[in-house]
Amino acid sequence: MSVLERTRRSGPLPQSLRALYAGNARSVMARGLLATKSTNWTVVVSGFFEPVFYLLAMGFGLGELVGSVSTTTGQEVSYGAFIAPALLAVSAMNGAVYDSTWNVFFKMNYTKLYQGMLSTSLGPLDVAFGEIALALLRGAVYATGFLIVMQVLGLNLSWLAILALPAVVLIAFAFASFGMAITSYMKTFQQMDWINFVMLPMFLFSATFYPLSVYPEWIQTVIQALPLWHAVELMRGLTTGAVDAGVLWHVLYFVVMILVGLVFTTKRLRALFLD
Amino acid sequence: MPAPVIVASDLTKKYKDFAAVDGISFEVAPGESFGLLGPNGAGKSTTMRMVGAVSTRTSGDLRILDLDPNDYGPEIRSQLGVVPQADNLDVELKARDNLVVYGRYFGLPRKVVQQRADELMAFAQLEDKVKAKVDDLSGGMKRRLTIARALINDPRILLLDEPTTGLDPQARHILWDRLFRLKEQGTTLVLTTHYMDEAEQLCDRLVVVDKGSIMAEGSPAALIRQYSSREVLEVRFGSDRNEQVAEQLAGIGERVEVLPDRILVYSEDGEAELNHITELGLHPLTSLVRRSSLEDVFLRLTGRSLIE
Repeated sequence: MSVLERTRRSGPLPQSLRALYAGNARSVMARGLLATKSTNWTVVVSGFFEPVFYLLAMGFGLGELVGSVSTTTGQEVSYGAFIAPALLAVSAMNGAVYDSTWNVFFKMNYTKLYQGMLSTSLGPLDVAFGEIALALLRGAVYATGFLIVMQVLGLNLSWLAILALPAVVLIAFAFASFGMAITSYMKTFQQMDWINFVMLPMFLFSATFYPLSVYPEWIQTVIQALPLWHAVELMRGLTTGAVDAGVLWHVLYFVVMILVGLVFTTKRLRALFLD
Repeated sequence: MPAPVIVASDLTKKYKDFAAVDGISFEVAPGESFGLLGPNGAGKSTTMRMVGAVSTRTSGDLRILDLDPNDYGPEIRSQLGVVPQADNLDVELKARDNLVVYGRYFGLPRKVVQQRADELMAFAQLEDKVKAKVDDLSGGMKRRLTIARALINDPRILLLDEPTTGLDPQARHILWDRLFRLKEQGTTLVLTTHYMDEAEQLCDRLVVVDKGSIMAEGSPAALIRQYSSREVLEVRFGSDRNEQVAEQLAGIGERVEVLPDRILVYSEDGEAELNHITELGLHPLTSLVRRSSLEDVFLRLTGRSLIE
């Protein structure tokens, strides 16, 4: 069978999409798993313990002094139960961002990994999906572990907490997709440092450790525009059982973030390696 | 004659106003070993990237395996093996895993890839480095691993961008031996190089490229016949005297070329020309008679050396 014959038979995807996506993202993901197995496993383990340490130190240490806190929906919960879902959201964010920014930056600029991948029949969307899927898998593993810790400590106040798992994947997807898009435009280490500069204040101020109501109104508006606030609120609603229609807005926020990130990542990878 | 596997006509690649490749045309027949010879910045790598379907042309026509890379990038890439100028092996994976994982990028079945990986590790003479980390391999081994990786999808065309640049002489000879075997097996090779000995060893036919354009085309021997003499006499009189002495050499040999460090006299009989020079009462510091090479062809065509 000649190349051309094979080509003409090759499936229902339109021409423009076939150039971007070969339907083989799993090979990129499998490569990531193999690489993690042989070199990066310490990073993976430390990523799990970080939020657990925060929870123990602040939830129980600080929680003794704070007592109970009221959530957005007016429910009174223990301080540990208040910050645990926020830490879960933060760990989803951190895992996804680490994988999609620094890791991607190195693979793109130093090890030339994507250059190699894109000289095979893979397309940029395969690479993006594969790398993001890996970040999601890692996020899901962390989240499962953390949810078990929460369950053991009695911090899951509702059976809805089980939905926190798919929610973590959604949140991680959004951060990974967006993070990879931003990274694909970065050229130097100095620019990469800006990512940390944005992440740290977002971690501290997104209603993570105390309710949003402590801020003046205009700051509240700024915080509510940030992705981590949506993540924290979504998680807190699910683990405390206080869910209302607002959840849909949070979900929509992340869906948009995913799509915007994918569009820019694909565009950029194409411009960088296939132009 | 079988249909060519690569047809480029008036192929051009412009970055803003700069034409990296400026209207070049060539064809490569199946099983042929075709070379692009030229100095750094001649447009060789850009041409290779277009042929490799990872760079789009600005104008002109290009068909790889009878397909247009603008429309069939993934299909074309699945039939190519690519050895880039700078190694881009996966440093997070072990040597043999590099081949297996790369094969999976083409969507090949795991079993097929495993078997080919073993064969190719043997072909690259890396059987005892199966579990080695990429960073622990020598430059020559990395290069051989990269070539093995490029063969994992059993490509119809192997593209090699300066395959031996930066390698020591021994490593180069091992590599040439491997490439020669591929050539004997009928693999179509397309390679760029700025080493004329490499081109002479490996290429059936080549184009001399300079500043994005083709200066000449033919087999190494034919190019030498056409653009140079059989032998070359190299004489040195010291950097400050070369220019001055050259004037006195007018009429000796077929042609005289003055370089900053030496004078080249092109002739069918180098020894005879050297006798003429000494008869004139000129005594070079050193003299050397050698056969003409592609370097001389390049010098004749462009007035410049290949490696500056």
